[in-house]
Amino acid sequence: MAVVSANTTVMNNVEAVRATLYDALKSDERVCILGEDVGARGNVFLITKDFVGEFGERRIIDTPIAEASIVGIAVGMAMEGLRPVAEIQFADFIYPSFNQIVGEAAKIRYRSNGEYTCPMVIRTPYGGGVRGALSHSVSIEALFYHVPGLKIVAPSFPADVKGLLNTAIDDPDPVMFLEHKKTYRLIKGEVPNGHYTIPLGKANVLKEGTQLSVVSYGLYVHWALEAARQLEGEGISVEVIDLRSIRPMDKTAILQSVEKTRKLLIIHEDNKFGGIGAEISAMVAEEALFHLDAPIRRLCGPDVPAMGYALPLEEEFMSSPAEMADAMREMVKF
Amino acid sequence: MKQSAERRAGSFERHGLTDEQLVAIFRTMLMQRTLENRGFQLNRQGKIPFASASEGHEAVQAGAAMAFARGKDILVPYYRDLGLALGIGVTPYEVLLSLFARAADHSAGRQFPHHYASRNLGLHTISSVIAAQLPHAVGAAYAMTYRGERGRAVLTTFGDGATSEGEWHESLNFAAVHKLPVVFLCENNEWAISTPLAKQMGQPDVHKRAAGYGMPGSVVDGMDPVACYAAVREAFERARSGGGPTLVEAKCYRFLAHTTDDDDRTYRSREEVERRRKEDPLPCFERLLVERTIVSAEAMAALKRSVLEEVNDATDRAEAMAYPLADDLYERVYAEAWRPWL
Repeated sequence: MAVVSANTTVMNNVEAVRATLYDALKSDERVCILGEDVGARGNVFLITKDFVGEFGERRIIDTPIAEASIVGIAVGMAMEGLRPVAEIQFADFIYPSFNQIVGEAAKIRYRSNGEYTCPMVIRTPYGGGVRGALSHSVSIEALFYHVPGLKIVAPSFPADVKGLLNTAIDDPDPVMFLEHKKTYRLIKGEVPNGHYTIPLGKANVLKEGTQLSVVSYGLYVHWALEAARQLEGEGISVEVIDLRSIRPMDKTAILQSVEKTRKLLIIHEDNKFGGIGAEISAMVAEEALFHLDAPIRRLCGPDVPAMGYALPLEEEFMSSPAEMADAMREMVKF
Repeated sequence: MKQSAERRAGSFERHGLTDEQLVAIFRTMLMQRTLENRGFQLNRQGKIPFASASEGHEAVQAGAAMAFARGKDILVPYYRDLGLALGIGVTPYEVLLSLFARAADHSAGRQFPHHYASRNLGLHTISSVIAAQLPHAVGAAYAMTYRGERGRAVLTTFGDGATSEGEWHESLNFAAVHKLPVVFLCENNEWAISTPLAKQMGQPDVHKRAAGYGMPGSVVDGMDPVACYAAVREAFERARSGGGPTLVEAKCYRFLAHTTDDDDRTYRSREEVERRRKEDPLPCFERLLVERTIVSAEAMAALKRSVLEEVNDATDRAEAMAYPLADDLYERVYAEAWRPWL
């Protein structure tokens, strides 16, 4: 981490998660972290490195390999006044905890009519492009964004990681905090010093444009931005929106952009069928159909169980900036 | 099960309980039985769509509730725990509100009957999903330990069916690793809806699994409320004094079908049910209280009248209360207003 000014520090996404968790542990005695290898190992990406030495085993809890109870124990802690940050080591391992997330955490407030609440964060690294094969590369957001009672955040930039993670920890309801693995060390950026929050459900217009709206999140935001900047040289003007928050989602930002550019391309790594893009497409069709000059298009992962380990299989699954640029050109030409 | 043999032989160990406490246990048991019958009656009258049954669980629940310290301990129960809820302070009126799904119900008419939630009583919101509550109990106990609170513990309850779930295993394991103040109480009624113990587990003594987790285990006659009180109190005392978790197994029996929507004639014989009825804890405990002149025959008759009157009164009052408004469907999804799109 390099301090470039008095007001900001340059960090990558791992450092941003780590710094934010550190500050939360420092400032709020109720905050604790539980998960696999978060203690002595300091998390497999070193996000919690040295935390156990400073904050102790009471607050930095190495759990058995038991995802259902990592989440379920955090639910019980949250109901009794703590602010747990539960970590699922890789998003691919979250399935055993599905009941505790969907059946329990999301419903505690509702089923007790507000008598009990569940203010907790579930952090997990997701996404591919890191040779993670079938079980270290999945995207899980579509499995959970259907569920009322949950909130889901998927930031792409270090400054957003900090602001949104602070908000997630403060939030009175369960928040899933999705961290794209490929961006962990690839993406660096200036992060404001001191405590700040970014509200959930606010997208960020990263680049303004007039001919096409591109909506994305996670790693692909960076690649879409790269493609859009490349197209500027060809005289093509693309607007790029980083959703940042998947549930709640920023309808206002999407509609404002689409009503301006009259074309919408949604890009995500998760597979297309029933994905985030499906909901956005339906919403735009319901609310802004007659503003559109072209059919909505989705550039998404293929409908296969996961990306393969072998490089050609992973590359085939992932969309490249070049493919994104091609899709953008076609949309603008339409 | 020593207590059971003693009970049948006529000896009686009151484990320090006063006459008033013994009568209070009986009253909770009778209230539970009466309220459950009321639920089934209301269902058969077409007044409520559904009721569930805990008949046969009265002794273990009333006994365990007597060991629970109101205002200190936390109860994380399952949905067949009406007697525990009553025993720690839920009122018959609240039970009827739950049966009638009225707006004033703990869940505001959202949950099935007997899914209570009261922070004031230390009663966690109840899930219908089997064993889902166990990790919450462990998390709650961790929070107590985290804050350095002494003299408190968590009681979590479940049926034999729950012991097959992964969350059951994970919870006992974690509680043992961290020596958390949890009492795990298995109300083993031998049936997971239609599935008997023999199809649920290779050996039928749930308490024997405690050794595998490195925690004490005990077994008690679940038809003997005083023995259940003693077993749960011992586990509570261990938990509250930093001795860690205990697995207590109370062997009881489910006399009725699983719910009003179940027909147990399809999977178990009437002979079995009738045979087990002889162990019914209500007449057994009533006889004991009267024979030992802890309660006079007149006082017992008055107690029964008062329970019935209270249930009748609660039924009338709850039935007269309003349903939730349709708009209540949208409330309390999140702390703020419900909106997936901003």
